[in-house]
Amino acid sequence: MGKALYEKIWEDHLVLSQPDATSLIYVDRHLVHEVTSPQAFAGLRVSRRTVRNPKKTFATMDHNVSTRTKDFSKTEPTSRLQMETLANNCKEFGITLYDFQHHDQGIVHVIGPELGITQPGMVIVCGDSHTSTHGAFGALAFGIGTSEVEHVLATQTLQQQKAKSMLIKVEGQLGFGVTAKDIILYIIGRIGTAGATGYVIEYGGGAIRSLSMEGRMTICNMTIEAGARAGMVAPDETTFRYLKGRDFSPKGKEWDQAVHYWRTLASDPGARFDKAIEIKAEDIEPMVTWGTSPGQVTSVSGQIPDPEEFANPVERTAARNALAYMDLQPKTPMTAIAIDKVFIGSCTNARIEDLRAAALLVKGRKVHPQVNAIVVPGSGRVREQAMREGLDKIFVDAGFEWRYAGCSMCLGMNDDQLKKGERCASTSNRNFEGRQGPGGRTHLMSPQMAVAAAIEGKITDVRKFLKN
Amino acid sequence: MPYTISQVSIERQTMEPFKTHTGLAAPLDRANIDTDAIIPKQFLRKIERTGFGVHLFHEWRYLDYEGTKENPDFILNQPVFRRASILLTRDNFGCGSSREHAPWALADYGFKVIIAPSFADIFANNCVKNGILLITLKSSEVDELFQLVSHQPGIHFTADLSGQTLIAAGQQYSFSIHPFSKDCLLKGLDQIGWTMQFDKKISTYEQDLKRNKPWLA
Repeated sequence: MGKALYEKIWEDHLVLSQPDATSLIYVDRHLVHEVTSPQAFAGLRVSRRTVRNPKKTFATMDHNVSTRTKDFSKTEPTSRLQMETLANNCKEFGITLYDFQHHDQGIVHVIGPELGITQPGMVIVCGDSHTSTHGAFGALAFGIGTSEVEHVLATQTLQQQKAKSMLIKVEGQLGFGVTAKDIILYIIGRIGTAGATGYVIEYGGGAIRSLSMEGRMTICNMTIEAGARAGMVAPDETTFRYLKGRDFSPKGKEWDQAVHYWRTLASDPGARFDKAIEIKAEDIEPMVTWGTSPGQVTSVSGQIPDPEEFANPVERTAARNALAYMDLQPKTPMTAIAIDKVFIGSCTNARIEDLRAAALLVKGRKVHPQVNAIVVPGSGRVREQAMREGLDKIFVDAGFEWRYAGCSMCLGMNDDQLKKGERCASTSNRNFEGRQGPGGRTHLMSPQMAVAAAIEGKITDVRKFLKN
Repeated sequence: MPYTISQVSIERQTMEPFKTHTGLAAPLDRANIDTDAIIPKQFLRKIERTGFGVHLFHEWRYLDYEGTKENPDFILNQPVFRRASILLTRDNFGCGSSREHAPWALADYGFKVIIAPSFADIFANNCVKNGILLITLKSSEVDELFQLVSHQPGIHFTADLSGQTLIAAGQQYSFSIHPFSKDCLLKGLDQIGWTMQFDKKISTYEQDLKRNKPWLA
């Protein structure tokens, strides 16, 4: 019987196979950042252990870096301590670090692919749930906790139990103004935030195949929001084209050897999945969240649901709580919701393609006077590329603030935060209570939709602009 | 970049073996409680594993940002539930961010057992590393327990890991747990030490990698 992509990678990485106890899988690349690693390095020291493979470990600073300045002395003291701690740990254990002031610094899930560290067929882990992003390359990539970070540092392996497999096929052609972000929001809305718990999802079908690597990354990135361990897309010519010539991509004879292997990874015809879902691309519209969980989502042409109409009592309570927190009334059209802030950024949507699409819409228009809007590129390289193309100027001329790279307002660990009661159109991945700042209210959407909201001062159907 | 040396000595917490636990059960009747709610981002800047309990559920537990005024309506602030060590909650508990600060905060506060119809994947792994027993029961059983706690606030439950049972008001609920997770909890196992006994296998794997996939080695 044919094998699925996930099974192939799983079997290729088994160091120890014990289905009834635990298996050990080999970790090809380990990405590290300042927030979830200090206790792991400290643990190594206390136990007198060391980093087994420093060359397979890469570190950067992203979660709490300032996006306003590169002046380290102006960094908030506790954030600075975490950054210093990471720098010292990397120095002590011989790990490559893209520090705060490094040219290639950026969000860990943006720089991994950009530098070619991320490759098909790998197992990649990081102490961050959005590690699922790297699955876009046909890698098995997932987030781990700090104890597991320590485990990987010490052993280059991870104790794992095999997950179940799910195939989500998106067939057909995406409608006008519909993006990868809308696909994944639609999927989460349909299967729920725990709909894929215990599964690894493989995405397939024509609509996925025709996406760029950036689009595939957006989808795999938010796969964690459906509860899945990982999301993945089989590697193809789009993947190889993206990787060719990048800093850490294989070179020369090894490149040919690698591509030969990568071509064997796609799921075989007849591969068995524990669950399969088929979605018609034509059914997907631009999507916006209305609640405090990514599954509380509707199309921009829709309206806020009435909690009393939910049959399931747990969902009903959740919707009531969400509307109270969001200060929204049932049956309000989505396009009637005024916003205060716009955030274009995060590991979901801060790659060059996202900024290009956003800038294209911004050009010749102005940010609404009531709105404060920021653009935070995903990495130093994305920022530079955008500036070479003059995108920064387009944003600034329209009234956006143009920032340095970092996680920024996606989770508000630095000083980019919503104030209590502020409402934000955000290209990030989580609309949890307080996520972007205590008391802040988040509506998740695509970069294009965020631009439309910035211009109109309220949630707006981007297709209106695209038609002009 | 002008780094200063800021060496901080950090004591590693060793995991205590988990056998049985009897404790006060508190009901937190919400689904999809995410790790941002369990421990908000402003408390993640520490470089230690300890001291997170005071910030557990910060946004719900306190009325002010600084955490000086308790919210009397929040369930864990109600006198009868103050010393709870068993948390009863709903679906998909621990979703979102992978931050292990969430189980650190729960354990530091005093929670030993969490009962829900489902848990998020990464959170569940993190709990095993921190001696917290997660008990997954059917939704209907969780409903029963919520009713029980609302009729008898202050009731104690007993979780028996070896027997894989939860006992509440004489009623016995059995739960399943992966044998390896069970073993880790029962023994308070140093999981890195456990893996290191397979060092030879790891080295063999790495040698094969050099031969077969040199670009990965």
